[in-house]
Amino acid sequence: MPGQPENRVQQVLRPHAEDAFAGELAALAAADDRPRPARWRLSPWAVATYLLGGTLPDGTVITPKYVGPRRVVEVAVTTLATDRALLLLGVPGTAKTWVSEHLAAAVSGDSTLLVQGTAGTAEEAVRYGWDYARLLAHGPSREALVPSPVMRAMEQGMTVRVEELTRIPADVQDSLITILSEKTLPVPELGEEVQAVRGFNLVATANDRDRGVNDLSSALRRRFNTVVLPLPATADDEVDIVARRVDQLGRSLDLPAAPDGIDEIRRVVTVFRELRAGVTADGRTKLKSPSGTLSTAEAISVVTGGLALAAHFGDGVLRAGDVAAGVLGAVVRDPAADRVVWQEYLETVVREREDWQDFYRACREAAA
Amino acid sequence: MTPTAAPDAPLLLGVRHHGPGSARAVRAALDRARPAAVLVEGPPEADALVHLAADEDMRPPVALLAHAVDDPGRAVFWPFAAFSPEWTALRWALAHDVPFRFIDLPAAHTLASPAPEPDADAAAAPAVRLDPLAALAAAGGYDDPETWWEDAVEHRRGGPPDGDVLAPFRAVADAMRELRDAFGGEGEDARDAVREAHMRLRIRDARRAYGDGIAVVCGAWHVPALTAVRTVTADRQLLKGLPKVKAELSWVPWTHRRLSRHSGYGAGIASPGWYGHLFEAADRPVERWLTKVARLLRDEGHPVSSAHVIEAVRLAETLAALRGRPLAGLAETTDAARAVLCDGSDVPLALVHDRLVVGDELGEVPEGAPASPLRRDLDRLQRSLRLKPEAGRRDREFDLRKDTDAARSRLLHRLRILGVGWGEPVVPRGGLGTFRETWRLCWEPELSVRLAEAAVWGTTVEGAATARAEAGAVAGAALSDVTALAEQCLLAGLSAALPTVLRVLADRAALDTDVAHLCQALPALVRSVRYGDVRGTDATALAGVAGGLAERIVVGLPAACTGLAPDAAATMRGHLDGVHGSVGLLAEVMEATDTAGSGAALRRRWSGVLRTLASRDGLPGAIRGRAVRLLLDDGELDDERVARFMGLALSPGTPPAEGAAWIDGFLGGGAGGTVLVHDARLLGLVDAWLTSVPAGAFTDVLPLLRRTFAAFEAGVRRTLGEQVRCGSGAPAPEGDAAGFGAVLDEERADAVLPTLRLLLGPVATATPATAASATTNRGTQP
Repeated sequence: MPGQPENRVQQVLRPHAEDAFAGELAALAAADDRPRPARWRLSPWAVATYLLGGTLPDGTVITPKYVGPRRVVEVAVTTLATDRALLLLGVPGTAKTWVSEHLAAAVSGDSTLLVQGTAGTAEEAVRYGWDYARLLAHGPSREALVPSPVMRAMEQGMTVRVEELTRIPADVQDSLITILSEKTLPVPELGEEVQAVRGFNLVATANDRDRGVNDLSSALRRRFNTVVLPLPATADDEVDIVARRVDQLGRSLDLPAAPDGIDEIRRVVTVFRELRAGVTADGRTKLKSPSGTLSTAEAISVVTGGLALAAHFGDGVLRAGDVAAGVLGAVVRDPAADRVVWQEYLETVVREREDWQDFYRACREAAA
Repeated sequence: MTPTAAPDAPLLLGVRHHGPGSARAVRAALDRARPAAVLVEGPPEADALVHLAADEDMRPPVALLAHAVDDPGRAVFWPFAAFSPEWTALRWALAHDVPFRFIDLPAAHTLASPAPEPDADAAAAPAVRLDPLAALAAAGGYDDPETWWEDAVEHRRGGPPDGDVLAPFRAVADAMRELRDAFGGEGEDARDAVREAHMRLRIRDARRAYGDGIAVVCGAWHVPALTAVRTVTADRQLLKGLPKVKAELSWVPWTHRRLSRHSGYGAGIASPGWYGHLFEAADRPVERWLTKVARLLRDEGHPVSSAHVIEAVRLAETLAALRGRPLAGLAETTDAARAVLCDGSDVPLALVHDRLVVGDELGEVPEGAPASPLRRDLDRLQRSLRLKPEAGRRDREFDLRKDTDAARSRLLHRLRILGVGWGEPVVPRGGLGTFRETWRLCWEPELSVRLAEAAVWGTTVEGAATARAEAGAVAGAALSDVTALAEQCLLAGLSAALPTVLRVLADRAALDTDVAHLCQALPALVRSVRYGDVRGTDATALAGVAGGLAERIVVGLPAACTGLAPDAAATMRGHLDGVHGSVGLLAEVMEATDTAGSGAALRRRWSGVLRTLASRDGLPGAIRGRAVRLLLDDGELDDERVARFMGLALSPGTPPAEGAAWIDGFLGGGAGGTVLVHDARLLGLVDAWLTSVPAGAFTDVLPLLRRTFAAFEAGVRRTLGEQVRCGSGAPAPEGDAAGFGAVLDEERADAVLPTLRLLLGPVATATPATAASATTNRGTQP
C-alpha cells in the first residue's frame, strides 16, 4: 500500500517514484552485484528487494513499497526478466498502478513512459502520431513523426506502462500484439520500422471486476503473464487502510474526526470482506456474493459518506444508521439478485450477532 | 561408521519417508552395493506378506494395515507410494531375489501403546519430537524444511555417473549425528529409544544370518542410533515388558488423497502427485510437469498452447534463479502456471492442485491378500447380530424398538452407505408403524469385492461408513443429495459423520440460488430433526441447519414465485405445502428446545411470506390461492379477509383460467370442500364467479374445476350441491349461512344433551359445564 514519500523533491505535489526514492535506488545499485538483464538498472533480486523492502549489507534500510505476498512481486519481476509483458490485475485499490510505477522506476529508472488507457485512447497513443505542420510542409519524414511512449521505450530499451488496458478500445489494444510478439513497430508511411532494443518491456494494469470494459482478446492475453494483486489479507490490514484513508479524506473535506468511528469502520470492513469472500469471518457459514466488487475503495467511500452524514445531520459520532444506507448501496448493485443476497446475509448472519443489533435495525430501515 | 568408512558394517541408508529423491538414491545405492539382504523400517509381522508386493496385481499406493484382532477400530498403517524409498527397497529385494525383512518394533507393541503413531518420522508429528529437518533447514537459511530438503536432496539429480551414490546418505547421516548430539536427549522420546533398540537387535540377527553385506533403509533420524555401540543385554532390557496385543496385518489399497492428509490416515505429504512425477520423470521434470498441467487444462476447456508451456517453463526457471534454488520446485511451477497458463486465476489452479499435485491415484491389492480388517469386522458383526450372509433372497422384518433389530438395521444402512448393497429396504405391505423396517437381504459374490474396495475407508464398518459419508457429502453435487445423505446418516446411526455432512449441507444451502432446491431439501431435513432423537442422535445441530434453510426460503420465495409457467407453478405449489408443514414441525421442535422464542419468530416470518404471496399481483393463481388457504387453515386470516381475497381473485377483470387456478390452489388438497361447506359466503363467491364465466371460456376452465371438485369426498360434494340448490346463487345475507339459522336454536341444542351425558357418563358432576361449553362452541361456529 502506498507509503509517504520521504522527501519532497522540489515543490511538486507528488514526485515520481524514481525521484522520491532516489536514495534507496542508488544504495541498491551500489550493493547489487548480481547479474542484470540488458539495460536494467538493477538485478531482478534488487528490484524485488526494492519493492518488498529489506536491509542492505551497508545498513541502508529499504522501505517496503508493496505490502502483500512476496510471491506476487517475485513473479512480476521474473516476468519482466524473461522478456514477457506483465499484466497486473486486481480490483480498485489494490495498488496496481503503484506497483507498476515502482517496477518501471526500479527496472528502467524512469516511470514516466506512460499510456493512460481511456475509452478515447487512440492508436497514436500506442504507435505514433504526426506533427501535421511539418508533415504538410516537408512531407513524411522521421522528423514529422511524433513517437508514442511505447515507441520511445522500444527505441531506448525502457519499460513502458499502460494503465487501465481494458478501457482502451479493442482495435487499439490489438495494435499492441505486433509490438509484443514481433518486438517491432512498422511505420508503413516511411517504409521503415522501429525495432525494440533489448530491455524494452511493457507493464499493463487492468481492473478485473469492472463492467463494460473491452476484454482482452486471447491473442493479446497470451502475450502477457498475468499477476493478480490480492485484496488486503487480513481484516486488520484493511481496517487500517480504510481508517487512514478516511482520516485523510475527512481532513480535506473539513469533516470533524470521529473518535469512536473505528468500531463502525471495522463493521463495514467486516461486512465487505464477508460478502466478498462468500464466507463469514469465523469461517463457519458460507454466503452468496453480490455482483458488485466491494473493494476497499468502496468501503472508504461508504465510511466517508457516513462520516459526512454524522457530521451534518447527526450528533457527530459515526453510528450504524449513518453507514447502513451506504453499505446497502454498495452491496445491492443488481436490484433483483443482490437484494436477495443482502437479505439472506442480514437475516442469517447479522441478526444472529448480539452486538450488531443496532446495525441490523438500521439496515432493515434502510432497505424498507 | 558411515557407509564407506566401515565396509564390513551394514549399509545404512537414511531417508525421508516418501521422498522421491531418497527413493531414487536408495535404488542407485542398492544397485551399486548389491547387499545380501535388505532391511526396512516397518512391522516385522509383515514379513510374511512381503511376497505379495511382487504380484503384478499389486499397485501402489498401498498400505500395510495392522489392527488389533479384538478391536479392528484400533489400527496403525504404513503407507507406501511408488516413490517411497521403502517401497523401492522392497521391490528391489524382490526383483533381485534377496531376503527382505522389516525391522521396526512389532505392530503388536505399537498397537498396545496408548498413542500409536508409527510414522512419526521426518514427515509427520513435528510437535512430538524436535523436527530434525527444520533444524537443518534453519541452519541452511531456509524457512521451510520441506523446501530445504527438496533443494538439498530430492532435487539433486544425476550427479557423477559412477561417482559416489552414497555421498548424500553419508552427508545426511553426519548431519543427523550432529543434530542428535547438539540437542542431546531433548529431541528423543522414549518410544524412539525402544524402536531403535529393536532395530539394532534385528540388524544383529540379520548380520548373523546373511553376513555383513546387508542394507538398512530407515528414517534419517535413526541412522546415528543404529550405528551406536550398545550391548545386546541393554537393548533386550529396553524391550522387556512392553504391552502387547494380538495384531493382524494386511495390505489395503490406498489413495494419493489419503497420503496427502495430515491427520487420521494421512501421511502428511502435501503433494504426492508432484512427488510421483519427480520419481517417474526420466528427465526435464519441470518441462514434463508443465506439459501435464497444460494437457489437463486443455481437457477442461482452457485454451493453452505449447507457446504457453514454453513461457511457463522459462518463468519457473527464472523464478527459481531469483529465489536462489537449484531447480524449479512445486512453488515455482505453480506460480508460473498461475501467471501464464491460468491468466492469474486461482480457479483452474485449484483443479491442477486437486488432479495433479495431489492426484487421483488409487492403489490395488491382489486377490490373495489376507482379508481386510473391514471384512473381519463385518464377520464379527454378522455373528453377534445373527445375520448370516445367504445367497438366496430373503425378506426380514425388524422391530426398531428391540436393540438387536435396531443394530441390524444400522448395520445394513451403513453397508449401503459403503456401496455394499447386501440389503435393500422394502416398502412394507400394509400400514406398519415407523418403528418397523423391512429389508430384502441377498448376498451376491461381488459384494466381497465391494467390501474389499471399501477397505480403503476404514477398518470397521462404522468407521468406514463414517469416512465414506463425509467424503460423499463433500463431493455431493446437489443439495438434495446431501440432504438425503444426512437422512441416511441418521438411519445408520453415524453421528460422527453428521457434523461434516451438516456443514456441507449448510454451505450448499447458502450457495444454492434455486429456492425450489431449498424447498425440496427442507422437508427431509425437518423429518430428520423430528425423528432424529427417536434414534438417540443429537438434533440441535440439525435443527440449526434446518432453521437456516427455512430462513433462506423465507427470503427468496416471493421472488422465486414470479413469472412461473402453469407447470412450474403447480410444482411450486407442492413445495409451498411441503415447506408449510415443515416450518410448522420445525417451529414446534425449536419451541421445545429453544428458549428465545425463535420458533414463534419463524412462524411469524413464514406467515408474513404467505401474506406477501397471497396479496402480490402477477403471481400465478395457484400459488396465491394456496397461500390464502394455508393462512386460513392456520387461523391467520379471518373469514372476512379470505372472502376479500377470493373476491379480488375472482373479480370480472381476472381471466377465467387464472380464477380457476386460484380456486384450485385454494380448494385443492385435503378437506378443501369443507371450507366451502362451512362458509356460505365463499361458496356464494365461487358460485357467482362460475355463473359469470363466459360460455367460450367455460370449456377451458371446466377440466381444472372438475379435477378440483372431484377430489372432494362424496358427502362433501353432495352437501355442496344441496346448498347450491336450496340457497340462492347470490351471497347469503350477513351471518346467515345457508343451511344454518341466524341464531342458536336452543331447543335443538338441548336435545343433544342426554346423548352427551350418556357418552360422558362417569364424570357426572362435570356434565352441566361440559354441556354448556359444548353449546357455546356450537354457537360460535356456524
